Amino acid sequence: MNGVHDLGGMQDMGPVQAEKNEPVFHEPWQGRAFAFTRAMGAWGKWNLDAVRFQREQIAPVDYFRMSYYERWVVALVELMLKDRMVTPAELESGKPDPGSAKLTPPLTAEKAQILVTKGVPASRDVAVAARFHSGERVRARNINPVGHTRLVRYARGKIGTIHMDHGVFLFPDTNALFLGEKPQHVYSVRFTARELWGEQAAPQDSVYIDMWDDYLEAA
Amino acid sequence: MTTTRRDFLTAAVTAAGAAVTPDLAPVQEHDHAHDHGHDHQGVPSDPALRVKALESLLVEKGLVDRSALDALIDTYEHKVGPRNGARVVARAWTDPAYKQRLLTNSDAAIAELGYGGLQGEHMVVVENTPKIHNLVVCTLCSCYPWPVLGLPPVWYKSAPYRSRAVIDPRGVLREFGLELGDDVEVRVWDSTAELRYLVLPERPAGTEKMSEEELAALVTRDSMVGVGKVSTQTEGVRA
Repeated sequence: MNGVHDLGGMQDMGPVQAEKNEPVFHEPWQGRAFAFTRAMGAWGKWNLDAVRFQREQIAPVDYFRMSYYERWVVALVELMLKDRMVTPAELESGKPDPGSAKLTPPLTAEKAQILVTKGVPASRDVAVAARFHSGERVRARNINPVGHTRLVRYARGKIGTIHMDHGVFLFPDTNALFLGEKPQHVYSVRFTARELWGEQAAPQDSVYIDMWDDYLEAA
Repeated sequence: MTTTRRDFLTAAVTAAGAAVTPDLAPVQEHDHAHDHGHDHQGVPSDPALRVKALESLLVEKGLVDRSALDALIDTYEHKVGPRNGARVVARAWTDPAYKQRLLTNSDAAIAELGYGGLQGEHMVVVENTPKIHNLVVCTLCSCYPWPVLGLPPVWYKSAPYRSRAVIDPRGVLREFGLELGDDVEVRVWDSTAELRYLVLPERPAGTEKMSEEELAALVTRDSMVGVGKVSTQTEGVRA
């Protein structure tokens, strides 16, 4: 989806403002929102790509008004509603619907530690042929899907060079929509800054973008 | 102009079904620098109330376990952060064989120091030299190598950084006080997939006699994202 989340190359967003000695969470609620979003993920009802896609669907005007963790909460609520894990009435009242069964959370404190240390690998140990190899010229496809994609707009149609093959990973475009993992190679592709931005860019600079096989064609 | 900022947000959040408290003001975590002296510790903000209500509901329904939430918060507030990355960098500076492993098989080398896991399952380490400067961004969201750097700072997740790091990296670096000459090649790494990038900064001159521990104390988070350099003057990540 050509949404506002796809920010690369915009120029009117103001200066970068770094804060000295920034806390991990500015307010406690941000930590809680972070943690319960992660904990809800442990139900396995959705995946990271689906979560990202949900956040990307926040209307542009709201996307920029909301702070980071507020986007998380809004997207989480949407996902829970879709999966009927909570009801609109429960969100309204703040109480479980009468007669609803009390469940057992899958993520305990102990399992949270395992989640943190083991992670959730997105690589897949399956034999899939690589369509491209280091040093080959490729073109990022000019596609504009309305679903989820990690093919950044600023690289579409541009020519780059395969820098390295990262191996086989699940494919976010299908995974986000629960249409399967479609495992395929991910490459680091080097684009010269001038290919992306024209003569205004420094001739020696470049941008390396990770791209799935399906995003690329031979050039 | 009758539609206020608050109306907009209330409408959006209600549409998302999250109206657990009647009054939903914009959030207090903001994408700006904190040198204007206001206080974040006052009356709980409305999002705080809303998040509290949502957490209570999830706990009551048995959807989340409060102790798991506490464990996650404690981990990223106190245990996992840029100190980890600083140790990796200092080891690479003092042990050439380790540095080689770090650059060629980053996951295994980082795991040697006991780090790895969530949002660092697939690591790539890129090395700064006098002629090459690497800079890491996620233009699409906020991808960041948690096991070695912790959770990302607000500026990294903000629109100004995400938008301009790829089109004007030298301008962004200038805002961080880093002026790079024409003899330096800038390489920007856009974390669009599940690979997570760590910059191995240059070891500063005049540190030949320093121990690994002393070196680690110089390494800043910013230098490992590529928006800063390490010098003997830098105060690294707090132990």
